[in-house]
Amino acid sequence: MQRIRYFEEEVTRLRAAGDVVGSVHLCDGQEAVYVGACAALDLTRDAVFPTYRGHGWTLACGAPPHALFAELLGRATGVNGGRGGSAYLTAPQYGMYGENSIVGAGAPIATGAALAATFDGSGRVALAAFGDGAMNQGAVHEAMNFAAVRSLPVVFLIENNSYSELTPIADMVRVDRLYKRASAYGIPGARIDGNDPSIVQDAVAEAARRARAGEGPVVLEAMTQRIVGHYIGDVQHYRPAGDLERAQAAEPIGRLVAALTEQGVPASELDALSERVRDEIAQASARALADPLADPSTVLEHLYA
Amino acid sequence: MPDKNLSYAEAVNAALARALEERPETLLFGEDVALPGGVFGVTKNLRKRFGERVFDTPISESAILGGAVGAAMTGRRPIAEIMWADFSLVALDQLVNQAANVRYVSGGALTAPITVRTQQGGAPGACAQHAQSLEAFFAHVPGLRVCMPATRQDAYDLLLSAIWCDDPVVVIENRTLYHAGKDTVTLDGAVQPIGGAAVRRPGTDITVVTWGAMQHRVLEAADRLAAEGIDTEVIDARWIRPFDLDAVLGSVRRTGRLAVVHEAHTIGGVGGEVVAAVAESGTPLLRPPVRIGAPPARMPAAPVLADAVIPTADVIAETIAKAVRS
Repeated sequence: MQRIRYFEEEVTRLRAAGDVVGSVHLCDGQEAVYVGACAALDLTRDAVFPTYRGHGWTLACGAPPHALFAELLGRATGVNGGRGGSAYLTAPQYGMYGENSIVGAGAPIATGAALAATFDGSGRVALAAFGDGAMNQGAVHEAMNFAAVRSLPVVFLIENNSYSELTPIADMVRVDRLYKRASAYGIPGARIDGNDPSIVQDAVAEAARRARAGEGPVVLEAMTQRIVGHYIGDVQHYRPAGDLERAQAAEPIGRLVAALTEQGVPASELDALSERVRDEIAQASARALADPLADPSTVLEHLYA
Repeated sequence: MPDKNLSYAEAVNAALARALEERPETLLFGEDVALPGGVFGVTKNLRKRFGERVFDTPISESAILGGAVGAAMTGRRPIAEIMWADFSLVALDQLVNQAANVRYVSGGALTAPITVRTQQGGAPGACAQHAQSLEAFFAHVPGLRVCMPATRQDAYDLLLSAIWCDDPVVVIENRTLYHAGKDTVTLDGAVQPIGGAAVRRPGTDITVVTWGAMQHRVLEAADRLAAEGIDTEVIDARWIRPFDLDAVLGSVRRTGRLAVVHEAHTIGGVGGEVVAAVAESGTPLLRPPVRIGAPPARMPAAPVLADAVIPTADVIAETIAKAVRS
């Protein structure tokens, strides 16, 4: 989780310095969802389909920070050679089958990867992650019904951070529990604490077990909060007084540190760990900045076979 | 090589059967394709022969095309049917934003070998949401390939080329051709590479480029023009993307005249692209080129109204005659 947090902090710095350009969606505060879910999956065969808020997902899948920094910086060494950028990263060698900048579009694609698993004997589970806002996209419901009716091995994981981009999800739906929509498709749904990596891990592991056993898809609604704007530069004027402070008080890293401290883990050990991860991120960023830019002469490559 | 007397629909069916037989990674799915055998009977008996790899889907075009993208990324070779090209608009995201990007953005680490079979165009009584010709929508997108088989042999050959291709291909068939007579179709030949136009009628006075079902009206018009002493060369583009510009340029160099005829709307249609490409090539023309297509109207249902929109053989013949003689 700290690797993700420090990564995002460094991205913020690079964006302010003008090294990273364009729209960047940070995931600070939602790290437990990614770390917990990926810990529950076998990423040598499982496939994760996250959203454009996907730096954390990509790192949790195991992609090296350097390749991600390089991607955001438009370097040739980027995980997609500069073709994906912040919002469309793809790292299939780590089980990360692509962020998606179209809200909800990853759900049917994940369903397709699960469909393939019913023919290829891989035992693959596909995890479709999307925000609360995506629960109002038609494609997500088509995917849920399709996966349900064919008992496909999909975990639909809603990252409910309570904002549908800049608008409270509560203003956009009449139900207060999004997972309940699962029952409309005849599949199980549950709400979980998305700020506790262990709870997320257990829930995803059980959903994946069921899916692998041929029992079909599950909808999980992980309750979390972003402690940053929807994008870098979002001043979050739409958040009511106290909302951000409450989110910060509940964010997963502080919670975990407090729990570990309570269990007797010495502060020096936690500090040393933080320091090591911070160094790793700083070095990855510096290395990426020194890498050559993507080569414009390659821009027409890989369009067709 | 066995030759069989087949309808267009049967030729498509034979190609699908061959693909399912020879490529175990293929899947065939769409609305009503499996147990019902397709609303036009094109996929008849394939479920019986190939079992679970042929299946019916909910009426959910995003799930069908998105499912195809995900299955293709993970090693399958899906053949998805979109019953009417008009319905693809519900799920264009999965073709344009998703399928077309897979290879490019991943630098080839992921691929999307998807075949989308659909059919389009006017037919008597078809309403405005079941009669559009949308090839320009798909052909505009780098990363997609588009073909429009108009003969029974091409219905077989182009579909196999599409399925064997490692990129997303939209195969646009035409329901007016499905059961319109039979013809000898050569089966089991080598699967052809993507691309390449075909000369359907050699001629010396004007090059007429066309594709899809419109080809048959063009050939009818060419016969009438022959009686008037105009010798028309008819080129069936077959592939809209990649487009065989060389075939067109070679012909235009000989005839010095160019007409493009398609069922789709002229404004923003692929015909404009063909005319522009010929102009850019600097190939000298004796007469200004002409585009023949649908005028800016929605597609009306009544046959008498539809005939005023989709160019008839009469309109094509008159326009070409004028283009040659003016």
